[in-house]
Amino acid sequence: MMCIEETNLHESREEMESLILDDSSNGQSHSGAKVAPNHDDPLLSSSSSFMDPQNPNSISILSSHASFNAFLDPPSYAEAIFTSFDSSSNGHDQTPLFSSSSSNPRSSDYLQISVSDPQKEQELSNSLVPGGTTYYTYLITTRTSLPEFGGSGSEYSVRRRFKDVVTLSDRLSESYRGFFIPLRPDKSVVESQVMAKQEFVEQRRVSLEKYLRRLAAHPVIRRSEELRVFLEAKGKLPLPKSVDVASRVIDGAARLPRQLLGEEAIDVNEVAQPAKGGRDLLRMFRELKQAVSNDWGSAKPVVVEEDKWFLEKKEKLMEFEQELSNVSQQAESLVKAQQDMGETMGELGLAFVKLTKFETEEAVFDSQRERAGDMKNVATAAVKSSRLYRELNGQTVKHLEKLHEYLGIMLAVNNAFSDRSSALLTVQTLSSDLASLHLKIEKLEAASAKIFGGDRSRLRRIEELKETVRATEDAKICAVREYERIKENIRSELERHDKERHDDFMSMLRGFVVNQAGYAEKMANVWETLAEETNAYVKDGS
Amino acid sequence: MISTNRTLSASSQSPRSPSSQPPYLSVSVTDPVKLGNGVQAYISYRVITKTNFPEYQGPEKIVIRRYSDFVWLRDRLFEKYKGIFIPPLPEKSAVEKFRFSAEFIEMRRQALDIFVNRIASHHALQQSEDLRTFLQADEETMERLRAHETGIFKKPSDLMQIFKDVQSKVSDVVLGKEKPVEESDPEYEKLKHYIFELENHLAEAQKHAYRLVKRHRELGQSLSDFGKAVKLLGACEGNSLGKAFSELGAKSETLSVKLQKEAHQLLMNFEEPLKDYVRAVQSIKATITERANAFRRQCELTETIKLKEINLNKLSLIRSDKVGEAEMEYNELKAESEEATRLFESIVRLMNEELVQFQERKTLDMGIAFNEFARGQARLANGIADAWRSLLPKLEACSST
Repeated sequence: MMCIEETNLHESREEMESLILDDSSNGQSHSGAKVAPNHDDPLLSSSSSFMDPQNPNSISILSSHASFNAFLDPPSYAEAIFTSFDSSSNGHDQTPLFSSSSSNPRSSDYLQISVSDPQKEQELSNSLVPGGTTYYTYLITTRTSLPEFGGSGSEYSVRRRFKDVVTLSDRLSESYRGFFIPLRPDKSVVESQVMAKQEFVEQRRVSLEKYLRRLAAHPVIRRSEELRVFLEAKGKLPLPKSVDVASRVIDGAARLPRQLLGEEAIDVNEVAQPAKGGRDLLRMFRELKQAVSNDWGSAKPVVVEEDKWFLEKKEKLMEFEQELSNVSQQAESLVKAQQDMGETMGELGLAFVKLTKFETEEAVFDSQRERAGDMKNVATAAVKSSRLYRELNGQTVKHLEKLHEYLGIMLAVNNAFSDRSSALLTVQTLSSDLASLHLKIEKLEAASAKIFGGDRSRLRRIEELKETVRATEDAKICAVREYERIKENIRSELERHDKERHDDFMSMLRGFVVNQAGYAEKMANVWETLAEETNAYVKDGS
Repeated sequence: MISTNRTLSASSQSPRSPSSQPPYLSVSVTDPVKLGNGVQAYISYRVITKTNFPEYQGPEKIVIRRYSDFVWLRDRLFEKYKGIFIPPLPEKSAVEKFRFSAEFIEMRRQALDIFVNRIASHHALQQSEDLRTFLQADEETMERLRAHETGIFKKPSDLMQIFKDVQSKVSDVVLGKEKPVEESDPEYEKLKHYIFELENHLAEAQKHAYRLVKRHRELGQSLSDFGKAVKLLGACEGNSLGKAFSELGAKSETLSVKLQKEAHQLLMNFEEPLKDYVRAVQSIKATITERANAFRRQCELTETIKLKEINLNKLSLIRSDKVGEAEMEYNELKAESEEATRLFESIVRLMNEELVQFQERKTLDMGIAFNEFARGQARLANGIADAWRSLLPKLEACSST
């Protein structure tokens, strides 16, 4: 959203040296750097956000007079102008507190999260490294009216470290299979070593905040127990930690012999989880063999895909992701090109400032003084234009960031489709288990029938197998239920996602176009001024 | 465009001039054509002269000239009209593959046209015989003249100059002077400093102007790529959002074209004039060198004459029979010295006149260039604003469905 404040620029050549900005609407006069109006107040409802084409924008000039007082010291003024803009455009938190589809604060279910105050803490004992290691914690502040948190106006503050976020993310992935769960920030192991500490910590703080806010924006995840606990529970995070695979393998290996002998009872609920290792090593090995690439659930022929709807959806989403990635790349190039344009324009302006100063100081003829005046006008126009390009670009980046965001979302969608295909794999694995069990029983029964009076050991074996069959059938029922559940999750998520994507992209496009049009208008004004100032040469030119 | 008077009143009116029309000399350099093959390929231009100057063969003449012919003319004028700022020529050819690009050829043609017209409108230069030769001689004559100049020593005068330089250095040592003699005029010192500094500043401005042209091209390219990618994404989406994307992509591609156009305008109407300004300043530097040479020569001759005078007096006192010879030498030198002084003084006078003209003309030239720059940028910005604005109602339509 852009709230363009109209400023009348009173300017004549004599006043050039000390520009006075008059805000005619409220009669204030500003001097020095004026902070740009706050573009992104998320609390404002989305009213019509494009400017009235009939009303050309006048230029809002910031610290222009500072730039000409700094005529004496050309190189520094550019920085002064630009930094005043940097602070104004970066000072406000860019990440919207609320996504377009979720509630505004006046409704009864807001969930506001902010991450701040990174602090270094010492790792407690039991570390093999002498002297101990340090880690950073972040203050997570939550304000919410969600009933899960105890009613309206609750506020919570907890300290968490990055490992806790990893835990949260892993637990959510397990509990919410089939949902498009926002991806957590990278571990960035390399970056943490290479970057300056302060920079890295700040970067992480920002990405943590973005992540938690995305979770809070998801209609289902925001109500999850895992998230609530993360935000609310003081002290140590009471979620089961993610155990590293190595130890799970060791765990699982110990139980493997019993599994092989079919003596271990199958925990029915375990089938609700993909065989990630450790406790169901056997199943994991079998499933891994069958689904080498789990990309988009594009399983080998072993997983029989009957569901055309999902197949079509998957293909379309893959295509979309590809094109989106392409647009994102081109958007980056566009941003760079705009930035370069602004920079070169600024350098041109500076060169003309120097020329103006030079001609003024060395002037012997009136024609030189006149030319110096013209050059100053050119310098002014170029510098203003340069600043406008910079602003334009800042806004462009914000709008086109949506593209990048959606690339992240596509990864989450990818994960959900993987959930589905691994759940399907589980169902099919159990089905084939059942089939082979039945076959074994048949063979045993046939063999046993040939012996008069029955074969006690075989009969015992048959009974055991029948037990296993019952257990496996129960497991399969669970697995099927899980699979259907996941499919339903994906369906509803796709619906939500489609709508959100439509809205987000429409607003992104609108914002981008309005931005471009607005700044182009401003630039046109700047150049039209210069054209007028130099028109005399064309009218009575030779 | 550069300010040159195509129709003007000559400072001297021939009494034999039959027509009641004011005298005019107007030239145009047109129709670049590539001739020759391979390494020896070159561009030839049609030079059309329209005039009523009596010294000329007729009211209209068309000849074919190439770049080195223009160089010949410039060199001849530089030799003959010391003190006058000879209009600058565009640079000798650039990188090989760029040499025959349409843009380079057009830029060069424009610069050559301006070059000749500046000469034709200069009150002194327009009288030049070499100019008449250039504008009227047939191609063979021109080729002969041109070839005559392209030896190791380009002109006989160059050869003479080298000898003179050696001579003067030797006599410097003989006379016990270590450093070359320079004028001690503080105002002139200031001027020299100004000219040298000016070149630096202008060169920097021109460099950034050239980069700005590149930036326009780059932005145009990236808008085109962006537009294509967005259109593909739109095709993927389908529905109304897809349509919105497609419209955006198409607009983006349209704007890319505008940017490329403006890049060209910027090059021809802003960057070239700046470059021209730099060249003009370099031409002034050449004149400064000439003035220094003339001053030195005058000083040397003055010194030499003093010595000769002393010698002559000595000889006449002892009534030597070498008096006659010495007297003749003395008179010759006196004449040369007077000539040198005349030359130097005329250079000084001319330079002062030229300087006033130069400053005024440059203010005008730059004023026009700045105006073109501003108009071009305004045109571009308005085009961009209009294009994006026209998209908004379509977006609104798409979002409401």
